[in-house]
Amino acid sequence: MKYNVFFFKLFIHLAALLPLVNAYYLAFTDQLGADPVEAIIHFTGIGAFNLLLLSLVITPISKRFKISLLVKVRRLVGLYSFTYALLHLTNFLVFEVQFDWLLFLNEIIDRPYITIGMAGLLILLTLAITSISALKKRMGKNWQKLHNWVYLAVIFVGIHFYWSVKSDIIEPSIYLFISITLLALRFEKFKKRIKKS
Amino acid sequence: MLIKSPAKSSLKEHQVTDESVYLQRRQLVKKMGFIGAGTLIASAIPSVVHGKGLDFFSSEPTQTFQRYPLNFTANSTNNAQVLTPEAKVTSHNNFYEFGTNKSDPVNNAQSFNVNPWKLTISGECDKPYTLDLDALTKSFVLEERIYRLRCVEAWSMVIPWVGFELATLLKKAQPNSRAKYVAFETLYDPEQMPGQASRRLGGGVDYPYVEGLRIDEAMNPLALMSVGLYGKTLPAQNGAPIRLVVPWKYGFKSIKSIVAIKFVEHPPASTWNILAPSEYGFYANVNPNVDHPRWSQASERRITSGGLFARNRIDTLPFNGYGGEVAEMYRDLDLRKNF
Ligand code: HEM
Repeated sequence: MKYNVFFFKLFIHLAALLPLVNAYYLAFTDQLGADPVEAIIHFTGIGAFNLLLLSLVITPISKRFKISLLVKVRRLVGLYSFTYALLHLTNFLVFEVQFDWLLFLNEIIDRPYITIGMAGLLILLTLAITSISALKKRMGKNWQKLHNWVYLAVIFVGIHFYWSVKSDIIEPSIYLFISITLLALRFEKFKKRIKKS
Repeated sequence: MLIKSPAKSSLKEHQVTDESVYLQRRQLVKKMGFIGAGTLIASAIPSVVHGKGLDFFSSEPTQTFQRYPLNFTANSTNNAQVLTPEAKVTSHNNFYEFGTNKSDPVNNAQSFNVNPWKLTISGECDKPYTLDLDALTKSFVLEERIYRLRCVEAWSMVIPWVGFELATLLKKAQPNSRAKYVAFETLYDPEQMPGQASRRLGGGVDYPYVEGLRIDEAMNPLALMSVGLYGKTLPAQNGAPIRLVVPWKYGFKSIKSIVAIKFVEHPPASTWNILAPSEYGFYANVNPNVDHPRWSQASERRITSGGLFARNRIDTLPFNGYGGEVAEMYRDLDLRKNF
């Protein structure tokens, strides 16, 4: 069991890091399409969203099929989602607006799709910080309450994606649909929680 | 009118092409096999991790669409701006008829058949006529024009087009006094254009793609009918066999693969304006002072070569820097309202 977890985690590290290193290598050397900036922003954005959704299907799947191994890697997947999202923002600042801080701040304030993306990232940041074991222990029941906010983050990111496209809304619509389905899957849990309190 | 004396917008320094540098480096990296390694890694990893990343890792698409060398007078007024390498001009395209990703057109348009082709010039004119494929490159004297192309998405390129002035083509039809506007239409052929056959691939656009200009805009010497780029006929993904280039307007006005040009009395419809009237106006003149509702138009990223660290963000100029030639036409127009 211990070995299984080790190898599973190793696999996740490689699966998350190798494409990232590869993509940045290609982007730095001008091999990632004609506009490496757009490509790397899309790559890290979609990567972050995929990993976020992946981290959320882990619990329903592991419960349904009683695979406890899965739950042990949930935090890791979540943290990689945050890593991709942070790189996504960094790409935007460093390569897209190229440290034009005024433009950067204006875009965050003026453009609803970026504002909501930022809100999503702030939630992910909070969750990433509080995923540290010591903090988790200290927070007790509040930890779960806080981490339920991940669903809000998913919806925010779904809207961010939807608003970011010009007219090709089908792909973001599919993502939004999956996000809402995941939320619905956990609805029973939320209902119980609301009743309890 | 041939622009012989340097116009205000063209600069005289020696033209620098970094095309060869770009290609050399590309060859080197290819030799080192990194792309191959990248493909291996990518395919070993569940595609869910990188979404549509897979096609990032494939090597350059092979372009099998036939292009032929053209005879033309070279651009005599050298343009100091660094040209966008041909490989980038032909692989980064918004041509939703072939898919909405920038790399879709180069991948999906290679078997596009342009022979036979028919371009009809009709409407409010005395001498309507038709051009077939051969006539597109043989009816008019061809010249090279190096223009900046500013996309509404805030990136830009510098492209050496080959073509002739739109005005020449229009005057031949002898427009009458009711010809106040010119309407353009792209080929409608869902069998050849996957984006027209599927709403998913075509980005939800109602085809055929249509565009329009005011007659004085259309007659402006800068408005070009392009039949080629980088010395050869147009690649399919850039709008073969004939397209419009209006360099002082956002790229979507420069309609591709045109089959019909019509003189009309009333303002014609334009595709992006129908799709989102609050975001895309009829005029669509490049204007750093009027933002797109979802992003700033004050600056742009100039695509040449260099990877992520290319410091390529530059200020956007009114009318894309062609104000000297075109601003007069809009003297009495509120450009904030008529964006
Ligand atoms: C922190 C603030 C954020 C900023 C400034 C930002 C910025 C951007 C930008 C500029 C784009 C490209 C839009 C275009 O195509 O023009 C984009 C797309 C996207 N972003 Fe973000 N984003 C942020 C947060 C996030 C987060 C937290 C996620 C996911 C966890 C995310 C996921 C995406 C996705 C999936 C796309 C669409 C990519 C595609 O079209 O292929 N973003 N974002």
